[in-house]
Amino acid sequence: MIHDMIAIVRDYWLLLLIGQYPNGPLGGLANTLILSALSIALAFPISILFAMARLSKAPLLRWPVTALVYFTRGVPLLMLILWSYFLVPLLTGADVPSFVTMLTTLVVYQSAFLSEVVRAGIVALGPGQMDASRALGHSYVGAMRYIILPQALYNMIPSILSTFVSTIKDTTLGYVINVPDLTFAASQVNNQLLTQPFQVFLILAIVYFAICWTLTYFANRLERRITRRRAGLLNVPAAVVTPSKIVSEQL
Amino acid sequence: MSGFDLSAILGNPEYAAMLLHGIEMTFIIYAGSWSLAMALALLLLAVRLSPFRFGDPLVAAYVSYHRNVPTLVQLMLWYFGIFTLMPNGVATWLASHNAEAIFAVIGLGLCQAAYFSEDLRSGVRSVGPGQMEAARALGHGYVSAMRFVIMPQGVRNALPPLINHSVSLFKNSSLAVVIGASELTHAVKEIENLSFRTFEIYLIGTVLYLFFSLVIMSIGAYLSMRADPARSARA
Repeated sequence: MIHDMIAIVRDYWLLLLIGQYPNGPLGGLANTLILSALSIALAFPISILFAMARLSKAPLLRWPVTALVYFTRGVPLLMLILWSYFLVPLLTGADVPSFVTMLTTLVVYQSAFLSEVVRAGIVALGPGQMDASRALGHSYVGAMRYIILPQALYNMIPSILSTFVSTIKDTTLGYVINVPDLTFAASQVNNQLLTQPFQVFLILAIVYFAICWTLTYFANRLERRITRRRAGLLNVPAAVVTPSKIVSEQL
Repeated sequence: MSGFDLSAILGNPEYAAMLLHGIEMTFIIYAGSWSLAMALALLLLAVRLSPFRFGDPLVAAYVSYHRNVPTLVQLMLWYFGIFTLMPNGVATWLASHNAEAIFAVIGLGLCQAAYFSEDLRSGVRSVGPGQMEAARALGHGYVSAMRFVIMPQGVRNALPPLINHSVSLFKNSSLAVVIGASELTHAVKEIENLSFRTFEIYLIGTVLYLFFSLVIMSIGAYLSMRADPARSARA
């Protein structure tokens, strides 16, 4: 059994790593990581805007974003993927690769979740920071830019890292619309071998575990460090500045 | 195919029956995996709370595996992997008894147990140690103190994350479509293939998921209120 798994890794490591590239589209683990990194990179700025909109006093900004966040959290990711699969080509009028469809879905989905993280970070700072910076002559934008966001985002680094872990796990659902990621590559390997599905999918599980566990481990260490550092820096009980733990989506 | 027309789907008895069957299967999978997860979570919690330390690393490994491997991959490992390793007789029996749904229940339930047990553990941990000491001083044995003093408070503390994760489990039941279970998402895709009314059927499917998620959330909110009216009023 172990021998079978070693043999599979030996024969198919390139396919699992980069898919059919350069003879086909980039795939495998590389694609999984690129897709996750891109969607977090794109979702991050959007989520800051969403969080500010949700904290704004203007109902016209607050309500649509709140509705979007609630909608995104109430519907399975799979349904959202199917929506994009049908809507994105319709709206752009072009033949869109499944990678782009998946990226669009993940950006919308993670923006909604990350905005909750950022919002929690801003709320956890307390109103005093904003009051003080306004009193010092900062405009709202200036206070956000120089006082609130740097602190809030620094506190949120561990939560952002765990959102990244959820994104890596979410990319597996691209399997449904044939995104050539790691899961897709593994099922290709399984289709070629036919006789060793358990071994193939066990390898798949181990690879995901190794990546996500490592990231989770660093997120936890970073969290302890940040809590300690901020507690020392501000000379207040750590609990006051500890970012409130968010319930990360669990796919 | 012209215009937006929900009745093209809801008015068609065949499609309506498919939708109803999908909803039914979704709820069977949800109820099955929820019960399995809760039973297992209580077992994992008992191991964690027991004075014997040797079970702890096992439970930690269990939780770590299920939290760091995507649920979809866990389902695939169960259905495509472990199913094929089963002895012939068992496999044939399962295949003729809706194996997809059974493995969806097993996969989702085992995965969810990890989340439920962590929720319960932090709920129980937030009950102060004085409660146990007081209960023991009043003459309760360990088991009876757990049963009547610690657990009721612990479960109440754990209610909010448990509700969140119950909603997640409901949404994750849609993953069962990947291993071929005929639940709601499956019905939606089938009807789309037959009717070509993509927009309408996705809208119906989405509204159904949203509706049931909200129902589960409000049941949860009601339970939290019942469990602790004072705290809910403050929150």
